[in-house]
Amino acid sequence: MVTILDPTDEREPVVRQISPRSGSISGSVALLDISKPRGNVLLDRLEVLLKDQFPKITVNRYAKPTFTKPAPESLRQEIRDNNDFVIEGLAD
Amino acid sequence: MAELTPFLLESAEGEKFSFPGDKPSVICFVKEDCPTCNEVMPVLEAAFRSFGSAVSVLVPGQTLEGNAKLKKTHSLSVPILDDSSLKVSFAYDIDTVPSMFISDAAGNQTDALIGFVREEWQTALTRLAERTGSSAPDLDWSVLPAWRPGCGSLSVDPAIHDRLQAEAENSPLRARKIQIGSMDDEFEFMFDQGFSDGLPLVPPTPERVIRMLSGTRRDAQELVAVMPPNMGEATVEKIAINAVMAGCKPEYMPVILTAIEAICTDEYNIHGVMATTMGASPVMVVNGPIRERIGMNMKLGALGQGNRANATIGRAVRLAIRNIGGARPGGTERSTLGNPMKFTMCFAEWEERNPWGSLAQERGFKREDSVVSIFTMTSGPTLIVDQDARGAAHLGGTFGLCLESAFHPKAHFGTDVLVVVCPEHVDTFMVDNYSKADIRRRIQEVTSRPIRDLVADSVSAVGIKQAMIDRMGEGAMDRMIPKFRSEEDIHIVVAGSEAGKFSGAFHGWATGEIGSISVSRKIEE
Repeated sequence: MVTILDPTDEREPVVRQISPRSGSISGSVALLDISKPRGNVLLDRLEVLLKDQFPKITVNRYAKPTFTKPAPESLRQEIRDNNDFVIEGLAD
Repeated sequence: MAELTPFLLESAEGEKFSFPGDKPSVICFVKEDCPTCNEVMPVLEAAFRSFGSAVSVLVPGQTLEGNAKLKKTHSLSVPILDDSSLKVSFAYDIDTVPSMFISDAAGNQTDALIGFVREEWQTALTRLAERTGSSAPDLDWSVLPAWRPGCGSLSVDPAIHDRLQAEAENSPLRARKIQIGSMDDEFEFMFDQGFSDGLPLVPPTPERVIRMLSGTRRDAQELVAVMPPNMGEATVEKIAINAVMAGCKPEYMPVILTAIEAICTDEYNIHGVMATTMGASPVMVVNGPIRERIGMNMKLGALGQGNRANATIGRAVRLAIRNIGGARPGGTERSTLGNPMKFTMCFAEWEERNPWGSLAQERGFKREDSVVSIFTMTSGPTLIVDQDARGAAHLGGTFGLCLESAFHPKAHFGTDVLVVVCPEHVDTFMVDNYSKADIRRRIQEVTSRPIRDLVADSVSAVGIKQAMIDRMGEGAMDRMIPKFRSEEDIHIVVAGSEAGKFSGAFHGWATGEIGSISVSRKIEE
């Protein structure tokens, strides 16, 4: 743990901000399987539910080569370029 | 009588000892790897045994392993207290171990003994025994050395002291502390938070900020300026944090603090300088003895990279504007193209190579004053190339012609300029004993154009417009207009290496009341 002192005038909170939530789902949704056992089962089910509830969206499936390492740069770029949302099956 | 700082420490056995208790105390700070401390351990043990319940004998030791070792080596029954965090040692401000303090029952100091002087220790402990009606330590003082210097306390170890100061209750630090998780990379974190100008930053840890604050006598919470556009409070501490991030040394602080005072004046107008789409930025010129003292570059490559003081002082000021003032590109910083001087632009004037008197002297400061001057640039340094002139009039002519392009050749009275004369060009001017006034006059002379030449035409729409000409009348068309509204708009300094006939010029921004007026401030150290 490193402690640093805030260099700003402290009017903004310093936390990692989550991306703004739009409140609705449209466009393309990426489902990312990190390649842990049975992650695909969960994501299969999610895909069915998503398509059922939001018939107009496109669902794209992705998988990391291994859960032990960060996703390769090319995969992250592909997901970012072609999707509006991403749901990641994180861990067991 | 001084009141000693209260504390609560534990022995290795988990027993808690608080000071002050309800009786007189002996407090002796020790460190195992100090030979003198080892010499005095039998004394402390004897004191503990003799005083019994009449006096508390408290022995804070500075490392966990060391404390255990002392106990074993000297077969101690006196408890050694764990001050491995060094907080009590720090609070007592001790430089040396052993340091022995004796207090009355209320915790007021009656004696303070540094190192070991046999006679002093014997007297102090015997007196304490008499005062408390207990027996004096039972030991043969004659086998002990008459005098031994102590060793350095761990709490003043340079690697530890700054951390202790940052953590102490009376720490001068007030800024919000940000914890960066161990899985997070602190460099990436600082980029993500928007603290950076695009280059890596030195993490402003409390230790580093404490060290930076040692570069100024000013109080950490003193308000140096209120900084636009956010009207953020630029305290000495906040500026020190940004100076750490920029890579500064503590001794640069006086220059940075003064520069920030200068840019936050109404005349300088940092708000406009940052907000303009023209891409303006401050150029800082340092004069006086501080140049040498902090190792600034004023010679070869003075305006370029490679010197820590030049590079990081300019960067610290820019980071402060970004982080404290809140001027960020795309926010209130709106420059169309930007410009690389927005990273940093600071150099020193080579006064000793300047036959005319420095920029600071010209502005009324003494030679022995250290001064920082701030000028707003939008372009440059643009090179003034003249390897041919052998006399001052020719060279001054070249300066004028090169400066004519500032903003636009037809834009007269539009801006001011900071001219950096290189040493070889100084010599050429001095062939004819030109003064600064002569250089300025020559620039104005060769750039003077009849109004008819400054009119917007089919080549360029920039220039004097028809409506203005109609107002002035045809008779005014032959009036000569120099490039600069006033000779005072031509600021002149000397810098650069001995070799090369290449001077430089920073073109200004909107000058005068509506824009930015160059400001000089004396650096108080």
